[in-house]
Amino acid sequence: MNPVYYLYLAALLFTIGATGVLIRRNAIVVFMCIELMLNACNLAFVVFSRMHGNLDGQIIAFFTMVVAAAEVVVGLAIIVSLFRTRHSASVDDASLMKL
Amino acid sequence: MSFPLLTATAVLPAVGAVATAAVPAARRTAAKWLALLVSLATLVLAIVVMVRFDPGGARYQLTESHAWISDFGVRYELGVDGIAVALLALTALLMPFIILAGWNDADPLETGSKRWRPTQGFFALILAVEAMVIISFEATDVFLFYIFFEAMLIPMYFLIGGFGDRAHAQGEEAASTQRSYAAVKFLLYNLVGGLIMLAAVIGLYTVSGNFSLAEIAQARANGTLHMATSTERWLFLGFFFAFAVKAPLWPLHTWLPNAMQESTAPVAVLITAVVDKVGTFAMLRFCLQLFPEASKWATPTILVLALISIIYGALLAVGQRDIKRLVAYASISHFGFIILGIFAMTSQGQSGATLYMVNHGISTAALMLVAGFLISRRGSRLIADYGGVQKVAPVLAGTFLIGGLATLSLPGLAPFVSEFLVLVGTFTRYPAIGIIATFGIVLAALYTLVLYQRTMTGPVKPAVAAMPDLKARELLVVTPLIVLLIFLGVYPKPVTDIVNPAVKQTMSDVHKTDPKPAVEAAK
Amino acid sequence: MNAENLIALLIAAPLLGAAVLLVGGRRLDAAGHWIGTILSTTSFVFGVILFADLLGRNADDRTLMQHLYTWVPVAGFQADVTFRLDQLSMTFVLLITGVGSLIHLYSVGYMEHDERRRRFFGYLNLFLAAMLLLVLADNYLLLYVGWEGVGLASYLLIGFWQHKPSAATAAKKAFLVNRVGDMGLSIAIMLMFTTFGTFAFGPVLSHVTDASEGRLTAIGLLLLLAACGKSAQVPLQSWLGDAMEGPTPVSALIHAATMVTAGVYLIVRSGAIFNAAPDAQLVVTVVGAVTLLFGAIVGCAKDDIKKALAGSTMSQIGYMVLAAGLGPIGYVFAIMHLVTHGFFKAGLFLGAGSVMHGMNDEVDMRKFGGLRKYMPVTFITFGLGYLAIIGFPGLSGFFSKDKIIEAAFAKGGTEGWILGTCALVGAAITAFYMTRVMLMTFFGEKRWQPDEHGHEPHPHESPKVMTIPMIVLAIGSVFAGGFFSIGDRFLHWLEPITGHSEGDSPISAGVVTGATMVCLVIGVGIAYLQYGRRPVPAVAPRGSLLTRAARRDLLQDDFNHVVLVRGGEHLTRSLVYVDHTLVDGVVNGTAAGFGGLSGRLRKLQNGYARSYAVSMFGGAALLVAATLLMRAV
Repeated sequence: MNPVYYLYLAALLFTIGATGVLIRRNAIVVFMCIELMLNACNLAFVVFSRMHGNLDGQIIAFFTMVVAAAEVVVGLAIIVSLFRTRHSASVDDASLMKL
Repeated sequence: MSFPLLTATAVLPAVGAVATAAVPAARRTAAKWLALLVSLATLVLAIVVMVRFDPGGARYQLTESHAWISDFGVRYELGVDGIAVALLALTALLMPFIILAGWNDADPLETGSKRWRPTQGFFALILAVEAMVIISFEATDVFLFYIFFEAMLIPMYFLIGGFGDRAHAQGEEAASTQRSYAAVKFLLYNLVGGLIMLAAVIGLYTVSGNFSLAEIAQARANGTLHMATSTERWLFLGFFFAFAVKAPLWPLHTWLPNAMQESTAPVAVLITAVVDKVGTFAMLRFCLQLFPEASKWATPTILVLALISIIYGALLAVGQRDIKRLVAYASISHFGFIILGIFAMTSQGQSGATLYMVNHGISTAALMLVAGFLISRRGSRLIADYGGVQKVAPVLAGTFLIGGLATLSLPGLAPFVSEFLVLVGTFTRYPAIGIIATFGIVLAALYTLVLYQRTMTGPVKPAVAAMPDLKARELLVVTPLIVLLIFLGVYPKPVTDIVNPAVKQTMSDVHKTDPKPAVEAAK
Repeated sequence: MNAENLIALLIAAPLLGAAVLLVGGRRLDAAGHWIGTILSTTSFVFGVILFADLLGRNADDRTLMQHLYTWVPVAGFQADVTFRLDQLSMTFVLLITGVGSLIHLYSVGYMEHDERRRRFFGYLNLFLAAMLLLVLADNYLLLYVGWEGVGLASYLLIGFWQHKPSAATAAKKAFLVNRVGDMGLSIAIMLMFTTFGTFAFGPVLSHVTDASEGRLTAIGLLLLLAACGKSAQVPLQSWLGDAMEGPTPVSALIHAATMVTAGVYLIVRSGAIFNAAPDAQLVVTVVGAVTLLFGAIVGCAKDDIKKALAGSTMSQIGYMVLAAGLGPIGYVFAIMHLVTHGFFKAGLFLGAGSVMHGMNDEVDMRKFGGLRKYMPVTFITFGLGYLAIIGFPGLSGFFSKDKIIEAAFAKGGTEGWILGTCALVGAAITAFYMTRVMLMTFFGEKRWQPDEHGHEPHPHESPKVMTIPMIVLAIGSVFAGGFFSIGDRFLHWLEPITGHSEGDSPISAGVVTGATMVCLVIGVGIAYLQYGRRPVPAVAPRGSLLTRAARRDLLQDDFNHVVLVRGGEHLTRSLVYVDHTLVDGVVNGTAAGFGGLSGRLRKLQNGYARSYAVSMFGGAALLVAATLLMRAV
């Protein structure tokens, strides 16, 4: 099967993620969309790795996962603390760099 | 190693500035005396420089040279030629008078105020300006010059914005708004000029790999440093623009009336008589020496702009209703003469222009300081608020008239000699421009005499009826200036002797010789 | 001690006086006027000593030079402070210091009640110093210093009563109009410098032939412009009438006897240039002829005694300029008329001052009348001056004016006829207006009225300190002309400097004299019919169009006002506007533009994470697109 189709899928996922980041207000959804974009990238890396026949892409994919995990930890913590003080998870409410 | 005399002339006022600023808030008078003493000591040093300077000797004398930023070839290089000595002397000479005239200008409004220390600040800033102006006259390293040329703006900004006239028709709040407008305008204008010059300074470095004026000029003269015509022109324009803003040349002049109008009279003198001279001085020293061909290329345009400055400044002076603005526009007209003399490229023109810088400094100081005394008495800058002052304060009116007569270049007073030299120098090469510039002398008579007539003569206005005449301190300021005006008008030789060799050098830098008289040329 | 070394003292004495009196302050109030008078007289004494020295020398050896120091040394341009005393400047020195000292003396009485008398004498001394510098200078630049110096003194003295706005305005006007002339002089000096490489009299005047005629004509015309300003010649004459705002001794000294004749001095001194530039000479004669008629016509219409005399001064200087324009035929007579005019016109002005002194400073002749009974000395001295100026046979004016009229005819050709006729007509008008002044002031019934406070003037003779100078001047007006003319003394005295030629007159000297006499009789006769036979109305009649125009100085002031003053005001006002809106507007506009732009840009920083994300994505998309595009190309 032609690996290019996987690339198309990765681009599609990335676009869905990007659109989500741009148009959704709920911080959790935005956060998930970012995860989606990261995973789209991962998919693309793996596909490239397959296409070029070396392992670099797959190694990078692992790095990405590590970064994504770290991001989840920090990001979710921020969202939870924001929600606690504002009782809302809308990203637009946090437009000033203060509470 | 000999005593670094030139450094000392600049360091002394700089140290004095710091010391003055450090005087405790309550000891206001001590700060004034300290500033005055420092300025007098600087004057003594300047006189020593003048005496040690040998007009027949090397071009740059009393030189000092130390490595500074060796990676970029920036050196701490000082040296003076005749033109610099003359202006150094002028600066050092005017400072004590400026300080003495501004003796009470920066006292806090409410007595016993400790919130701020305006008096100390005022005099410290004036001394700081003096130090920077002096070092810009002495610097023979382009980068060193640039730094102080720009740094001067900082104290000047605070002097204009922070210490306005007490006399203001619309009250303190309006005054403060207009002051900051004037100060910001001054700063922005000069910063733009300075930035363009910075680009040109960097450009010069990339072309020559060096910042030393003497070395670059030498290399230019013996052909080892070749510049493409367009490069030279662009660099010249970069330098000239900054100096034309500072000078100021039409149409870059509009900051000057605002700045002079809003600042106190001594600061106004500082601006026009001292700081602005750096601009015209630098044209002579940097533009002509570094870029002789481009200077010649730009000459026609610059002459026309200078001519416009002369006529335009004088006409606007006629139309002013504010005494200080009038003097400001008159100064614009005079700067036109100075620039005309520099770019006429004749010995008479350039000697005249240098002499003009000195004389204009003294004459404007005399006129402006007396005007300041007048304004401080009545609390208004508007000409229409005065009338008949001559009757109640004859000495004030008399000194004002002498200042005015110097401004209109009456023969027998110093400015006449320089103005005539500039006109002759221009006329020998460009008769038409010389003739049009001569119209400036009629207009000068017009604005000066109209000013005198409206303020000093006629029936005594009630508001000036109780006006006191000049006090001892004020007489102490004005009398020496008037004596100097008369002395240099009758016997300008001491200055011309110092200036002439330097002018000769500059003329040879630009490869120009004076035109021959028609009778000799015909033979 | 060499005589040369005295020259500087001539100037130094009054200069010292000016400095002492002006700087000295109130302490000198009591003695100031005598200090001034003594120093002025000292200068006169030095003048006489030098004159005796010159007389003791050969006619060719009468030029003394004193070099003091180098004034402006600049490469290629050298101006020295050097004085030259020759027959021409000697003549002026004696006139200036002599008449000047007499007028100082007169002023002691005239200004007695003025609290600023000390200052007045300071200014008078300043004037003397500047005027002496003017005539003693050995180069044009130094002459220029004196030239503007007398202008300054004239400014200060016209505006001496500064509390009167009219005096302050008149002073300013005089200075400004003179500045226009001065501009001519300074350009002339520049042109000399570019032509000859110097502007000292000796080298310039002896190398005239090396220069092209075009340049010489230009220099001549510029010098004429300068002369027009200083000597109140058309078209720069308008200031002289207003200058009568000054105290009367000033009018006598500066605006009649000495300063206003400086233009004639300049032309005669530069004779070599004019001789080589016939076109310039022609213009000089035209200016002289026009002014002599102009001044005379103005003089006929004025009711203000001083302004009538001012018109007369203008006219008489017109004669001198005319003579100077005739070249070597006329130079000597120009100066001779200048000297005799100095006597009789100063005398007339002092007489007018004496009349005013007795009449509570009234100047309107319609309010005089019959004063001869009250002021006999003034009447007689004024009368002698009157006879001298109209050219009554045997008196000073007769000799000097007659010579000028002869010389005008002697120019030859059509020009000679036209100029001569103008001069003759001028003589007739002179006789008319001077007779008018005489009759209105001293003859007829008394016409003065109590003023609004009910004070009636009590005309009385002036004190001795005032009448003595008047008597001395009257003696001069009677005898000077004859003394100069007998044996052509004056001619022989000046000839080595100015040169002289006879010219060839189409009509004989006797005919000219006869014609002059006829003109004189006609002028006096008409005036007698109009003002002697009939009572003078106390309010001026409306008069013909010409009279009304002449009262307004032939509308020149109106022209100046409309064209120069109004035009200038509009120009400066619009320039102020342009500077504010356009030149400053561009700058402020730039600033406002940046301000507005940054205001817009600030809106982008709204704090919404999503909008930042959009710009990030947009930027990334642009980068990708650009990369792809680059690849595709």
